[in-house]
Amino acid sequence: MLSITRTITGNGDLTSTVTIAQALVFASPIALAGLAGIWAERAGVINIGLEGMMILGTFGAGWAGWQWGVWAGVLAGVIFGAIGGLLLAVAAVTFGVDQIIAGTAINLLALGLTKFLAILLFTDAPGGGQAQSPPIKGEIPTFTVESIVAPLTSLHEKGIFFISDLAGIVAGLFYNMSLLTIITFMLFVMTSYLLWKTAFGLRLRSAGENPWAADSLGVKVVQFKYAAVVFSGMLAGLGGAYLSIASTIYRNGNTAGRGYIGLATMIFGDWRPGGTAAGALMFGYIDTLRLIDTGNQNVKGLILLGAIILFTIGGIMLRRNKRNSGIGFLILGSVMIGAYFSATSFPPEVAQVAPYITTLLVLATASQNLRPPAADGVPYRKGDHH
Amino acid sequence: MNLRRIGISLIAPAIGLSISLIATAFILRLIGADVTTVFASMWNYGTSPRAMSLMLNLATIYFLSALAVSIGFKMNLFNIGVNGQYVLGALAGAVVASNLTLPKAASVTVTIITAMFVGALWAGIAAWLKVARGVSEVISTIMLNFIAIGIISYIIVRTSIGTETSLNIRGTKAIPETGMLRGVPFLDPGTPIYGFFFISIFIGIGYWFLLNRTRFGFDLRATGKSATAARTSGVQSNRMIYVTMLLSGAVAGLVGLPYLLGDTGSYTLQFPTDWGFIGIAIALLGRNNPLGIALGAILWAFLDISSGQLVLEGVPREISTIMQGLIVIVVVISYEVVRRYQVKSEQTSVAKALAKQEVSV
Repeated sequence: MLSITRTITGNGDLTSTVTIAQALVFASPIALAGLAGIWAERAGVINIGLEGMMILGTFGAGWAGWQWGVWAGVLAGVIFGAIGGLLLAVAAVTFGVDQIIAGTAINLLALGLTKFLAILLFTDAPGGGQAQSPPIKGEIPTFTVESIVAPLTSLHEKGIFFISDLAGIVAGLFYNMSLLTIITFMLFVMTSYLLWKTAFGLRLRSAGENPWAADSLGVKVVQFKYAAVVFSGMLAGLGGAYLSIASTIYRNGNTAGRGYIGLATMIFGDWRPGGTAAGALMFGYIDTLRLIDTGNQNVKGLILLGAIILFTIGGIMLRRNKRNSGIGFLILGSVMIGAYFSATSFPPEVAQVAPYITTLLVLATASQNLRPPAADGVPYRKGDHH
Repeated sequence: MNLRRIGISLIAPAIGLSISLIATAFILRLIGADVTTVFASMWNYGTSPRAMSLMLNLATIYFLSALAVSIGFKMNLFNIGVNGQYVLGALAGAVVASNLTLPKAASVTVTIITAMFVGALWAGIAAWLKVARGVSEVISTIMLNFIAIGIISYIIVRTSIGTETSLNIRGTKAIPETGMLRGVPFLDPGTPIYGFFFISIFIGIGYWFLLNRTRFGFDLRATGKSATAARTSGVQSNRMIYVTMLLSGAVAGLVGLPYLLGDTGSYTLQFPTDWGFIGIAIALLGRNNPLGIALGAILWAFLDISSGQLVLEGVPREISTIMQGLIVIVVVISYEVVRRYQVKSEQTSVAKALAKQEVSV
């Protein structure tokens, strides 16, 4: 589909190596937030506080990274995030406060605390300001496998249908790959294994499906919930640290709602790592195209891509005898095709809202098939009956 | 009995306030500030007539926002989308009001209705997604917030609705003085109290009446307490979701108006966009009770305003945001602890009474 779009629009940006490499950088923090959501919610704790924990992570990375180098920043981001997670665990697990309420409170607290500390710690620091830290020292190593990238890039530039696009995308995976992105990928693999293939994972998920039954079988539900939520905070903190490091400083408001977007990708991905990663990549990809846009052509390409995807889904739905949804998709697709041919360019705002509309569309069509953990959001007290 | 209930409901906020004050004092000590000077400075400035007027104005905005959130809360609907609903409502209100040449009362009424309608419409999308497609309103309203911001920046930056305002920021055309609701000078001659302050009192009373004195309010609270029980007794839960979300959105549509009609007269790109989240926090503090919400809104606004001069003491004014965050988290925890204690003490008193009965038989 991407190749069709690229061929019609003649826009090489859509599948270029640089685009894909940048999309990975944008996608990783969101993916980490989504993964953090998976950990907490699989143990039955809704984590709206992801945004706050990410904010704490961005701050930790800026503060420690500026003084002791980039890896200290990563560590501090993870620790700060973990503190946020611990706070949520105390409120939601120990005291049984409504989880959405506790998470909202953490978001507020994190925002105030980081702004406060930023003024105190960064105002007089060299290169810092009231709302931003001095630059983070050092860099995360990045890898470029020249022997793969060089031939694939030249193949990409030939503009052959499909093959060149594939070459561009694959080359993007080996170009300027940050070690943190690789760590993110490994965390996804580790999560799929730990949560779905080990006894530990089964117990943790049982705390999210039916904690009362789990308790009767001797699972220490409260401990598992604590572990899951604190680890969730660590992942969100790492996501925040990634953001700060990618922009080389801590800046107020750098998360820009990415914690909430991570939550959306988690739902998008049916509370599973694979789908969550796909959702995060979509956000990252669209964001990249919007930001590297020259002459507003990328957004136009995106609209055509969206139309083609909508037509495909609509076709599949019609064949599966889901007439109403199918026709709905075809109509939406036609509207987008119409928009594509009637306008010469689109404002960047279209791409700005595109991921959110996509998320809503996915939720609207697939939410009957999505299955959250059965006891997600239900406060649990040992000994209570349900 | 009633007195006891009031007493118990005040314990939790009291505990929350004291703990967060102590924690704040601790933080202030850590950064080497003089705790008493800081608190005294906040109190002295915060109780000056000008600050009090500013505080009441800000509290009006927070009150409306929290009311919108709490309508949803009463039915276990979490309307995180007040942000999106009010910015769109305020923008629509600003566009309509700037094009009206009607007498003040008519113009303001039309503006209010427009803003409420747009807010309700935006919330209605989330309601439809929930009822027809089973999408959780928590996530759909968050997405709708982002989309609303995108729409607004498009309208103001790229269409002819946006122009350069006198403040050198892009925004809507200025509303003529006949369309404004500036308010009355009350405590401080230079700082009038928003006309919406009085309107919001009526809305608060209306909210209380609707929820506690009408069939609809009963159904709504019943659905919130137990959806299955309500359904069995004939409440149409889908219809309730629609009505509740639309009402919540309509009130949310009002949130930006006190500031728009009482102050700026134009919706600019600098219009605040986070009053919805503050509303969530205040609805929690006030336990969805209009009086509690009013107190919470005043407290919140007091902290916002009174911290304005802390720079003079060398303390960042964000200390008030920390206090607010601490208050929310400690108060919700203490509500839960007090509730558990209540349940336990009721159980013991029932057990005691039963034991006595057995003896006498």
